[in-house]
Amino acid sequence: MSEDTRTALGKPPAFRNPADERPLAKILLIGLALVFLAFFLLLPLVSVFVEAFRKGWSEYYEALIEPDAAAAIRLTLLVAAISVPLNLVFGLCASWAIAKFEFKGKSFLITLIDLPFSISPVISGLVYVLLFGSNSLLGPILKSQGITILFAVPGIVLATVFVTFPFVARELIPLMEDQGTGDEEAALSLGASGWQTFLYVTLPNIKWGLLYGVLLCNARAMGEFGAVSVVSGHIRGLTNTMPLHVEILYNEYNFVAAFAVASLLALLALVTLALKTLLELRFGAGAAGGRH
Amino acid sequence: MEVTINNIRKEFDRFPALNDVSLKIASGELIALLGPSGSGKTTLLRLIAGLDFPTSGKIFFGDQDASHHSVQERNVGFVFQHYALFRHMTVAENIGFGLKVRPAASRPPKTEIRRRVSELLDMVQLSGLEKRYPNQLSGGQRQRVALARAMAIEPRILLLDEPFGALDAKVRKELRRWLREFHDRTGHTTVFVTHDQEEALELADRVVVMSQGKIEQVGSADDVYDRPGSPFVFSFIGESSQLPVEVRDGTMLFQGQPIGIAEAGDGAGELFFRPEDVTLVDAPDALFGKVTACRRLAGTRIAEIDIANDGHAPYHVEVEVPLHAPIELGSETRFRPTRWKVFRK
Amino acid sequence: MIHNATASPAKWRLKRPSIIPGFGLTLGFSLAYLSIIILIPVAGLLWRTAGLGWSGFFAVLTDRRTLDALYISFGTAFVAALVNVVFGTVVAWVLTRYNFPGRRLIDAIVDLPFALPTAVAGIALAALYAPNGWVGSLFMPFRIAFTPLGIVVALVFIGLPFVVRTVQPVMEELDREVEEAAATLGANRFQTISKVILPGLTPAILTGFALAFARGVGEYGSVIFIAGNIPYVSEIAPLLIVIRLEEFNYAGATAIATIMLIISFVMLFIINLIQAWNRRRYGNV
Repeated sequence: MSEDTRTALGKPPAFRNPADERPLAKILLIGLALVFLAFFLLLPLVSVFVEAFRKGWSEYYEALIEPDAAAAIRLTLLVAAISVPLNLVFGLCASWAIAKFEFKGKSFLITLIDLPFSISPVISGLVYVLLFGSNSLLGPILKSQGITILFAVPGIVLATVFVTFPFVARELIPLMEDQGTGDEEAALSLGASGWQTFLYVTLPNIKWGLLYGVLLCNARAMGEFGAVSVVSGHIRGLTNTMPLHVEILYNEYNFVAAFAVASLLALLALVTLALKTLLELRFGAGAAGGRH
Repeated sequence: MEVTINNIRKEFDRFPALNDVSLKIASGELIALLGPSGSGKTTLLRLIAGLDFPTSGKIFFGDQDASHHSVQERNVGFVFQHYALFRHMTVAENIGFGLKVRPAASRPPKTEIRRRVSELLDMVQLSGLEKRYPNQLSGGQRQRVALARAMAIEPRILLLDEPFGALDAKVRKELRRWLREFHDRTGHTTVFVTHDQEEALELADRVVVMSQGKIEQVGSADDVYDRPGSPFVFSFIGESSQLPVEVRDGTMLFQGQPIGIAEAGDGAGELFFRPEDVTLVDAPDALFGKVTACRRLAGTRIAEIDIANDGHAPYHVEVEVPLHAPIELGSETRFRPTRWKVFRK
Repeated sequence: MIHNATASPAKWRLKRPSIIPGFGLTLGFSLAYLSIIILIPVAGLLWRTAGLGWSGFFAVLTDRRTLDALYISFGTAFVAALVNVVFGTVVAWVLTRYNFPGRRLIDAIVDLPFALPTAVAGIALAALYAPNGWVGSLFMPFRIAFTPLGIVVALVFIGLPFVVRTVQPVMEELDREVEEAAATLGANRFQTISKVILPGLTPAILTGFALAFARGVGEYGSVIFIAGNIPYVSEIAPLLIVIRLEEFNYAGATAIATIMLIISFVMLFIINLIQAWNRRRYGNV
């Protein structure tokens, strides 16, 4: 016993693993990271809610049920309800073709799918203005048929589909590539049809990754600003989505209303983050790659 | 450099990984720490290096207490199981690293470092590869770079963690012989960890057999194979069979019957013997059982024999039989160990 | 996904034969959808630019206002990406190496810029960093919002997760044994970090920088509220595109968009180069 105590006393003050920093350095680094995150992430988030409730609940509530705000909320939900399923179907098709087969030009195709990530949202809107605008090739033809795309819901949907295009595919391709084709081949050899294989074998394997992709796709679809702003025409009550409505209110110095609508979007972001974290914790679904 | 380990105990979260381990390593010796995974052999190696600190006990380098020295100060050459090469550095940069990071006062000049590196590359027979990156090397080459890197700092002792574990069988054999020669040439005190008994027995001057955080036996290859000091060592090293026996009046009884072996000291115990230390006999006082399988093993034949156990699962033993012995599956065979050991209960 | 599309010609093969069905259908749909949504519209943009001719293109490009807007967009994005490289690496390190209360929460909140609509981020940052805002008032009389510095703040917000989420997985993969090896060779902690760990992270850090930079150059929503949008001073290129569109100056908008696209592609190409170079040399991703 006495031998033990002596050894303990004779030891250097505190043993530090050679692959570890000094405690002081650790605390400094943690502090630095926390201060930085507080200034750039946490405070902006908190300020949204503080500004929204600056004049109390009733003003907040008023701002949300006001007809133009309500119309913007409805339009945002509608746009997401159309564009997310479209990109979901595309994501499934593209990842099936890319992950389950070897073909020429595959990596080029993947680059093309990534394209919207590297294009400014404003340009994403601009390309549709150029395509369907009054002085374009298609514009007059469509107009004579009575079809309006620009400054109307179809244009907003198109722009949203453009910017959210890669989200589901991006999540599924690496996941399905990892899983290989063994399961599908086994199912087919057991007599399952192509559909059955997809439905009972592939889909259960990728469902969490799929959900993850849809979640991110939806968040972006509801929150897109730049692209939608270019094609919408800002017609109140008709072509204003929530983010556009936030801009209009803000530019009119109606800050409480602007932040009230913004707080709904912030809430959406928080729910998205929470679900995303939950998915990662429980299923390790696609570790958030750096390109969203 | 002589290393003395005194009553080392190491706990991880209250679980003792090493329990009162003492060992003396002579200068220039090549020592193997042999044991199954979880026996504490790697922990002991890391404690010697200073990568971990013991819960209690001391380690001496010569007569200097190493407890007060950090890993940087201990000047040990450590070769990691997966080599831990710096993959963004070339082979030459890897080897020269230990010299480059020395404090300015003791750092050799650049030309001297370059000279040392090329000397070491020569020694590990990798001249010409200095500009390569680790991922452009084969497993055996990486292993030798790791060794050269550890040697560059002129270590007082060389520690190797499963040095051949990640290599395929053929390269492993070559490198094993090469390491032995390397050791004989440089004369460094060397400790290596392995779970492969063949490796330990072939390579080491002395083998330290470990199990469950304790040293079971220390000795030469002959010692641990021919004179195992504990049931664990007997069954861990080489092939063996064991049977519960009783010694009464100088004869050994199995299931109450004499089996034709004399043994001193009465009482119950566990009989151990190796397959090759068995002879087939035609006598009533012997072990007997049914041959259940027979397999060819290199130059010999091994018969698997089940000995009936009064309604319980039969005892299973393996004996070596002559290549051309007429052994039939299902036939009854009688045999006696010619060399054995009884461990008392 | 029922149809089988294995009837390929004898020699040149689009794909390797496989018993899995659905190749024709899924690839066909993907290509059609990709063409309608992305390729044709983007080709339209390039077609319009070609219609401008060199002189028209150069006239827009050499316009003072265009040049200044491009300079501001690229300059602020560059500075913001640099800030993110430093702090993003520290954040990633703290999140992978240290255990402290709230670590999980912090880890989750790093993704906020991915999830928070840019317009919301924009008005929040503007309110916060304005001269009368919580943070802005701390720095008075030095102004942050409504100056190029405000743009940098917004782009730091937008770009942070790109750096953290690129560097973090590589840090998690770092082999502790390598650091221990450096220690046994006599390196102190500072030497281990600066000579062993950071060089190993360089490719990931460069990739993170490029991603944050590329995103920052094109960013619109979070910037316009905090920038002040003063022509020649704090007017970013995407905003100038919008202004040109509102003036029905399609040629101007198109030319600026094209030059931004080209630069983005160059960036994308550079990112791929970094990764390919890294894979070839160190054998990792």
